Amino acid sequence: MQISMTVNGNEVTSDIEPRVLLVHYIREVLGLTGTHWGCDTSNCGTCVVLLDGQPVKSCTVLAAMAAGHDVRTVEGLASGTTLDPVQQGFMEEHGLQCGFCTPGMMLTARALLDKNPHPDEQEIRQAISGQICRCTGYATIVRSVQWAAAHPAAGAGLGEADEVLDGTDTVVEDVATETEDSEVKA
Amino acid sequence: MQIPAPFDYVRATTVEDALELLARHGPESRIIAGGHSLLPMMKLRLSRPEWLIDINDLFELDFILRDGEDLRIGALTRHTTLLESDEVHRLFPIVRDAELVIADPVVRNRGTIGGSLCQADPAEDLSTVCAVLGAIAVVRGPGGERTLSMHDFHRGPYQTAVGPDELLCEVRLPIRARSASAYEKVERRVGDWAVGAAGASVTLAEDGSIADAAVGLTALGLDHTVEEAAGLLRGKRPSEELFADAGRLAAEACDPVADQRGPVDYKRHLADELTRRVLRRACARAAGHPDQPATPTQEG
Repeated sequence: MQISMTVNGNEVTSDIEPRVLLVHYIREVLGLTGTHWGCDTSNCGTCVVLLDGQPVKSCTVLAAMAAGHDVRTVEGLASGTTLDPVQQGFMEEHGLQCGFCTPGMMLTARALLDKNPHPDEQEIRQAISGQICRCTGYATIVRSVQWAAAHPAAGAGLGEADEVLDGTDTVVEDVATETEDSEVKA
Repeated sequence: MQIPAPFDYVRATTVEDALELLARHGPESRIIAGGHSLLPMMKLRLSRPEWLIDINDLFELDFILRDGEDLRIGALTRHTTLLESDEVHRLFPIVRDAELVIADPVVRNRGTIGGSLCQADPAEDLSTVCAVLGAIAVVRGPGGERTLSMHDFHRGPYQTAVGPDELLCEVRLPIRARSASAYEKVERRVGDWAVGAAGASVTLAEDGSIADAAVGLTALGLDHTVEEAAGLLRGKRPSEELFADAGRLAAEACDPVADQRGPVDYKRHLADELTRRVLRRACARAAGHPDQPATPTQEG
């Protein structure tokens, strides 16, 4: 089936199987591998993206269900070469170690701050309670979000040597073929 | 990689359209709303529909509306909307109690009240909430609309009275004066299935005695409300001794199974203790007293 949606401000159109999950569509068809794919069971939250501004677990949303909607991934957080305050907060306060949960954590933080610019610690902890971090013990993630809340106009420029990873060079055209015969490997 | 088996997908544009699609594609079609119960089951091949009918565009089913003596809630209302609704909280404080511990905040952005009730998971919190509130389910099918009490709606684990060609459209919660409600769950971590939970709704008479009450349990092997507890409570004045007696009746009425979440005696203990707590809080709320500091939970 043919689907169209807006991803990080860009209109995308693809021919996919209805059973393709949003996380795989984003990673494999659009090549935006910043969205991580973890537990597959809507527990870990590393696959969180914003769907019409709300955090959702993209392993449990069909790409077809996102058609016609607005999707924002971690690649859409920075504005050009200027980091989102949440991204800078994760740098300033060491909000990550291995980085696996980070894209989902940052998107949930962005949605929280859009709705509630001055959350207290409890509200931050509650907002990220559906997402698992095995490195930080959450303390530095909470501090990173607090940093972003305290610096809403922040935004460090990326150095010239840093490549902007928007994934546009690695587009895989057709995920349907790849997933056609896959079975559950639980 | 867990991927559902192949299926065809179609979006319904209206309730009539959804009913027509259900009729056309027959019992091998399934409605999908939030998808957070159905898609995991499809990944595991526990469910293998040939057609998915997506009702997420049916904004006509996404509403919270005061209508006379009822609060009407559309089946497509998301958990987050229910959690954040001050009107729902004022009339039925049990809903916010429960929503705070249903899944996690991100899942709550997708999951719906209709999907939760139709999934009818034994550990599903809103089934208990609706049962103790005396909710009425409004179901539409080719023959028109019918209304069901939660007792008739809920047929057992994963089974409801909604036919394969029918759609749950709304839930009606009767508004009662001098009434309040409460819910409390014990879970191992955020988003896990309940070890056990209890919900209670009480209506006080003008003299402060209990005019009506309902107690329900979640994940403890009891599909409907604890009738014995309701019978005990009616006509009595709220007291710790009364709550303890009701708790004991709830523990006797339930039939939990031992699993990785705990042995039977522990779960019976939860039925007892949680019943006391929710009755205590519901009675205090109905009498107009502010909540005591919340019992610590996983999210607290």
